[in-house]
Amino acid sequence: MPENMPLTETSEIDARRRAMRTLALAAPEALEAAYAGFAGLPDWHFARRPETGLVMVRGRIGGGGGPFNLGEMSVTRAAVTLATGETGHAYVAGRNQRKAAIAAVFDALWQNAGLRPRIEDEIIAPLGAARDDADRRGAEQAAATRVDFFTLVRGDD
Amino acid sequence: MYVAVKGGEKAIANAHRLFAAKRRGDAGLPGLSVEQIVNQLSFAVDRVMGEGSLYDRELAAIAIRQAQGDLIEAIFLVRAYRTTLPRFGYSVALETAEMRIARRISATFKDLPGGQMLGPTFDYSHRLIDFALDADAPAEEPARSASGAEEMANIPRVIDLIGADGMMEEDPAPREDGSVGDLTREPLDFPADRDLRLQNLARGDEGFLLALGYSTQRGYARTHPFVGEIRMGEVEVGFFAEELGFEVTVGRVTVTECQMINQFTGSARMKPKFTRGYGLVFGHAERKAMSMSLVDRALRWKELGEEAGAAAQDEEFVLSHSDNIQASGFVEHLKLPHYVDFQAELDLIRTLHRDAETRAEGATNREAAE
Repeated sequence: MPENMPLTETSEIDARRRAMRTLALAAPEALEAAYAGFAGLPDWHFARRPETGLVMVRGRIGGGGGPFNLGEMSVTRAAVTLATGETGHAYVAGRNQRKAAIAAVFDALWQNAGLRPRIEDEIIAPLGAARDDADRRGAEQAAATRVDFFTLVRGDD
Repeated sequence: MYVAVKGGEKAIANAHRLFAAKRRGDAGLPGLSVEQIVNQLSFAVDRVMGEGSLYDRELAAIAIRQAQGDLIEAIFLVRAYRTTLPRFGYSVALETAEMRIARRISATFKDLPGGQMLGPTFDYSHRLIDFALDADAPAEEPARSASGAEEMANIPRVIDLIGADGMMEEDPAPREDGSVGDLTREPLDFPADRDLRLQNLARGDEGFLLALGYSTQRGYARTHPFVGEIRMGEVEVGFFAEELGFEVTVGRVTVTECQMINQFTGSARMKPKFTRGYGLVFGHAERKAMSMSLVDRALRWKELGEEAGAAAQDEEFVLSHSDNIQASGFVEHLKLPHYVDFQAELDLIRTLHRDAETRAEGATNREAAE
């Protein structure tokens, strides 16, 4: 991030990254439902048709050291342009091209200042809440397997 | 020598047809769905993702079904598929310290910050076949505990607990020029740096690494290992998108990480401290991650000034034979027609036999003459 970038732009990018993260982590069915249920969707066309490719995932030597190449993962990307001019992008894990396309549409809509509050409220917030619920369930299930050690009283009297 | 062999087309076509029928089995039984394999054979899926070196559960399940459960064949299918896809680039390096923990244990510290989370595991089971297992019955709802759940993505690394006192070797720094070896781009060359070794081991055959790791425990390159920590869970993958100019989260991967702590008596250059072997594998794959960490440590003998001589320390031997697709390709090519090769060998043996007989006859004739 260039140092001379105005703070407002940085925080706008951060907000967009948060929204894109929520879209990427959402279940494909949830995105489909959100897309189908979104009223007043502007026309859009692909700026880049969905394409499935690979990202080489890197680990770190020793867990926190220099990088090494662990293995690839499938990733699908897409870009769409709205009739109103905004271009949205998506990079999502897996080979689901509809998911990438819908995520890109929502990213484009998010960039429209007039629509952003609706996207945040109607799309991003519920998807984020669903992810948080699932994460909490997983964390609570793991927490239930935490070992409580206790020392037996030895009978050396 | 290889020659083109014609003929056999009909036999091959019929063999494939027969094989497809074998795959389907009894047509009266329901066919396996990809979702069933993803959900109910998760360890097979994880192994195929790890050794296929491609994280995609659904793809691994499709390959397992097509390969009729032959996991090396499924890995082969995945490796072949990946060559058809373009590569978008490299991810930001994973932060396993920020893993959403599903399981985390340590054999070195009983009471450690964050605690021991057993998670879903085969451990502590009696290994008795459950003849009564009803595959259709829903599983009992897993227990939940709200207490301590909120910290599950922020569990400190065990090695940092002793690292603070200077008793644990530190993680190696990145190379100054920022380069990272990639054996999918350039052929492996020796000596190989640790980044390339870890990439090779991460996609290496579990059985091969298990046997090598076991050999280090039995005294061939003894490293006195302790499991400092095994953690398994989800980690987010970040990718810097050029056209956007910033990093985006593409998704999460489940990985298993093993920090194997080993003794180190010190050298002229280094004070005695604990050293580590490192294992990181796609999916839930503890046996593989542990084996990888044992072999990683054994391969570091030169850097740590240890004596060499065992198979697990021989970098060229280990890294050249760890890939089960290369290995099965070369072993199984022996099944292909070698008629001309064999004919040449046969002719040679016949000639030798003839020579021997001629010599023997000559000797008999000489004896008779004497």
